[in-house]
Amino acid sequence: MLVDSNLNIILVNSNLGLWQKAVNISHDNVVVTNIFSCHVFFCSRQDLASISALDNNPLRAQIINAFFDKRNLRQNEAGTVQVIGFEEFLMVMSHFRPAAMHITEEEREKLRREKLRFVFNMHDTDSDGTITLEEYRRAVEELLSKAGTIGQETAKAIADAAMLEVASTTRGKMEPDEFYEGITFENFLQILKTFDIETRMHIRFLNMDTATMRCGK
Amino acid sequence: MSVRVALHSPTGSRSFLERGLLLLVMLIFLEGTVLTLGAASSPDISAQDNTGGGHDRRDDHRGIAGSHEHTNYTYTKKAFPVLSLDYHHIQVPFEISLWVLLASLMKLGFHLIPRLSSIVPESCLLIVVGLLVGGLIKLAGEEVPPVLDSNLFFLCLLPPIILDAGYFLPIRPFMENIGTILMFAVVGTLWNAFFVGGLLYAVCQIEGTYLSQVELLPCLLFGSIISAVDPVAVLAVFEEIHINELLHILVFGESLLNDAVTVVLYHLFEEYSGAGEVTPMDVVLGVICFLIVSLGGIAVGAIYGILAAFTSRFTSHTRVIEPLFVFVYSYMAYLSAEMFHLSGIMALIACGAVMRPYVEANISHKSHTTVKYFLKMWSSVSETLIFIFLGVATVAGPHAWNWTFVSVTVILCLVSRVIGVVGLTFIINKFRIVKLTTKDQFIVAYGGLRGAIAFSLGYLLDKDLFPMRTMFLTAIITEIFFTVFVQGMTIKPLVDLLAVKKKQEAKRSINEEIHTQFLDHLLTGIEDICGHYGHHHWKDKLNRFNKKYIKKCLIAGERYKEPQLIAFYHKMEFKQAIELVESGGGVKLPSAMPSQVSMQNIQPKKLPPAVAERALPQFTKGREEEIRKILRSNLQKTRQRLRSYNRHTLVADPFEDGWNDFLLKKQRMIELEKKMTEMSNYLTVPAAPPDSPTMCRARLASGDDFKAEKAGAKVIPDPNAFYNIKASSEGVPTIQVDLASPQSPDSVNMLNEFSKRGATDQGLGQREGATRDEDQGLMMKPSSAGKVEKGEEDGGNKNPGLMRCLSDPGPSNEDEEDEPFLP
Repeated sequence: MLVDSNLNIILVNSNLGLWQKAVNISHDNVVVTNIFSCHVFFCSRQDLASISALDNNPLRAQIINAFFDKRNLRQNEAGTVQVIGFEEFLMVMSHFRPAAMHITEEEREKLRREKLRFVFNMHDTDSDGTITLEEYRRAVEELLSKAGTIGQETAKAIADAAMLEVASTTRGKMEPDEFYEGITFENFLQILKTFDIETRMHIRFLNMDTATMRCGK
Repeated sequence: MSVRVALHSPTGSRSFLERGLLLLVMLIFLEGTVLTLGAASSPDISAQDNTGGGHDRRDDHRGIAGSHEHTNYTYTKKAFPVLSLDYHHIQVPFEISLWVLLASLMKLGFHLIPRLSSIVPESCLLIVVGLLVGGLIKLAGEEVPPVLDSNLFFLCLLPPIILDAGYFLPIRPFMENIGTILMFAVVGTLWNAFFVGGLLYAVCQIEGTYLSQVELLPCLLFGSIISAVDPVAVLAVFEEIHINELLHILVFGESLLNDAVTVVLYHLFEEYSGAGEVTPMDVVLGVICFLIVSLGGIAVGAIYGILAAFTSRFTSHTRVIEPLFVFVYSYMAYLSAEMFHLSGIMALIACGAVMRPYVEANISHKSHTTVKYFLKMWSSVSETLIFIFLGVATVAGPHAWNWTFVSVTVILCLVSRVIGVVGLTFIINKFRIVKLTTKDQFIVAYGGLRGAIAFSLGYLLDKDLFPMRTMFLTAIITEIFFTVFVQGMTIKPLVDLLAVKKKQEAKRSINEEIHTQFLDHLLTGIEDICGHYGHHHWKDKLNRFNKKYIKKCLIAGERYKEPQLIAFYHKMEFKQAIELVESGGGVKLPSAMPSQVSMQNIQPKKLPPAVAERALPQFTKGREEEIRKILRSNLQKTRQRLRSYNRHTLVADPFEDGWNDFLLKKQRMIELEKKMTEMSNYLTVPAAPPDSPTMCRARLASGDDFKAEKAGAKVIPDPNAFYNIKASSEGVPTIQVDLASPQSPDSVNMLNEFSKRGATDQGLGQREGATRDEDQGLMMKPSSAGKVEKGEEDGGNKNPGLMRCLSDPGPSNEDEEDEPFLP
């Protein structure tokens, strides 16, 4: 992927062939301007699944799903779409923007929530707003899916331990008859408080100039 | 000077007194040296000249007069000396021990004085102690020993500190900031050296400073010596101020990596000072030399690191010497690098960092602890000695004080550091995602402490080649004192004042670890989708290569397959288990663990409230099993300690165990079981009557399991069989957590709940099908009832309550363990 200094993204991916577009990412949302290529970009699950570099990624299915998840496409509804266009693709990609240089605390918090929401949505497969133990277990299992049998055996224990940790940090003491139904987004924010995702979840694109990005609005 | 005041304060007086006594004792010994040398042993020395060294030492020891030693036949009979004093014989090792003892006691003493260590950094106090010791030696009319001579420093004192730093280098933050660190270390140090050296030369040319004989090259040489930030000083101060990880790694990383630059500049200027002129060719050679010194150092370190890792693969039968390999290989890496004038520090860092992941996977837990403690111990003693020696050397050295030179040096060092950091940060920030703020820059600039490396390098200078050596040394010492005392003492209040982010002490949670891994894979995936080969892509490639080939070669057994997350999880579990045991066997739960909430609180909805009502166990079966395991292994250990001490092995051979051992073990098991019963009473409520169907419901989340159990005759309604430890095929201690909670015997609406569960299970059936495999670990064993009986016999415990206790794993697990507990 190439990004020129005005943040016009020119996508080149030989795997999909058709990607040649120029867009302008403004600070908050993705606006497609300047379309000089007349190729109409559509991308389906099969297209992404055909990328061979993803084969070794344990999170392959989850990542592909994330691109077709309506929640990540700024539609406030659950569900999936079959095909995404270029705008949608960039919308998903915009979750991986780095933080700008002089960012206020408020903006930082917003960015943080946005990024964590993306991760949360990846775990929350049934879109009900909570990560249940089942879902968490499956996420960890998938994470360890390349680790062979050891991974499968331990994944459940790890997920359980992690869930216990969430329950104890967010609820404190629980009565035995209480039931912790799952990790809500607020809990998710709380447990990953020290996990500085706003600085870690980004992709350093070539020539990315974050200063321009800030001014782009 | 506040140090002295503090020492004389009433709280400090006792410790000061002790110290004084110690010094007195030391001085007596020093005097003793001379006395024995002068009076008693002078004929010995003359005798040693004409006889072979080997046995005259022994004769010496016997007290036979040396002058008659070579003429055995004219043996003059003397009264046999019952007691004789031969201090000379043990002088060197004795004095070394004395110094080490002094250093350790000083370290001990500072922490006995309340509040002192929070005001003044230890390094300052140690220097003061060194000054006092040096002063006392001088007062006693002795020659102050050249304690900080370069060989001793570079070959003995420095390596432990650097190895400690390299072995425990936080790789991830280091690699994430490697660009910034290199920038500061290479460009920053070069800038400092030339700025300070050049301007100093300019100042020296000014009339009236009496420094006109100082030439440019010696000035630059001095600049290169004085410009390097010192890892020892930085570590000593930064450890105390608990600065955040980013700043710590920036300053500390810089101090480690600038070694290569310093070494090259030092040798270059030393060489050219003799030659007198520099050609462009020499500059090119210097650049090449820099590359060779730094990369060569890293290569040497990496080779030894891999060798160490490979060796540790085969140490499983001689666990005792495992830690030694870590030390010896690293020391050899350091020496080999020094041999070629490569950067020894970089070799050590590379060696430690390369070997660590593999060695840790190979060596036993105890060996790992040993390595950790030895490194910490050595490095802290070395550090203490270095600071004391700095003080002593200050008193000892010939000084040539030149106001202009010294004050200009101090000012220039400060100025160049500030300009260098600000200028470089301006460039670096263009590329960094996390920008360095003004505060960060200030701390980086202010944390640039100089230390003993500079002093030792200055000490190495040739007196004839550099007539101004003493003046250089004086200036270096002043600069060291300035940075360590002024900057070192004020940095802590400044950090508080500026509210610089501090280190978070919280331990890493498992959730964070999961998400760290998750994010790595996610970002790699996104990069792959974009067709962008960025950091994550290459990191992933490297990781995969490492796993596929290198780990396989270097790590013994199956552990190389273990992903980081699982390793982390095992470590965490282990730690928690130890905490649990240490905190009183689990009756009182440590607050640090997530034990406030038990598994029953988080498991899926199928758990009926009636069940949870009376269930009280606050920690999970898995954890109980862990405690049990640890208690058992402790039992083993006690037994081993009783066995005769063996110098060569730590773990006794299990086949040695005779029948007696079994008897003893059994007896202990009985005692233990009794204790466990008592303990269990705190933890559990009595179980449901054996026939109660409730236990079935407590089966795991899986509806399939449940149905299978209901349908098949597999289920034996025995509450003891609520869980079962799955024997781990890979030798990895898997902990199966039972999600079931103890049943209350009087839950009435059982059947309703069953049907409810069935309904919900239908909906989830598909998903649960996938998790079915793992759930098999929690299946009941058909023969568990029989085993209970057997266990009762074996344990000799007739208490039926014990068997009822849900927390008790029951002897049914015993035969699955490899330890031969039951005959």
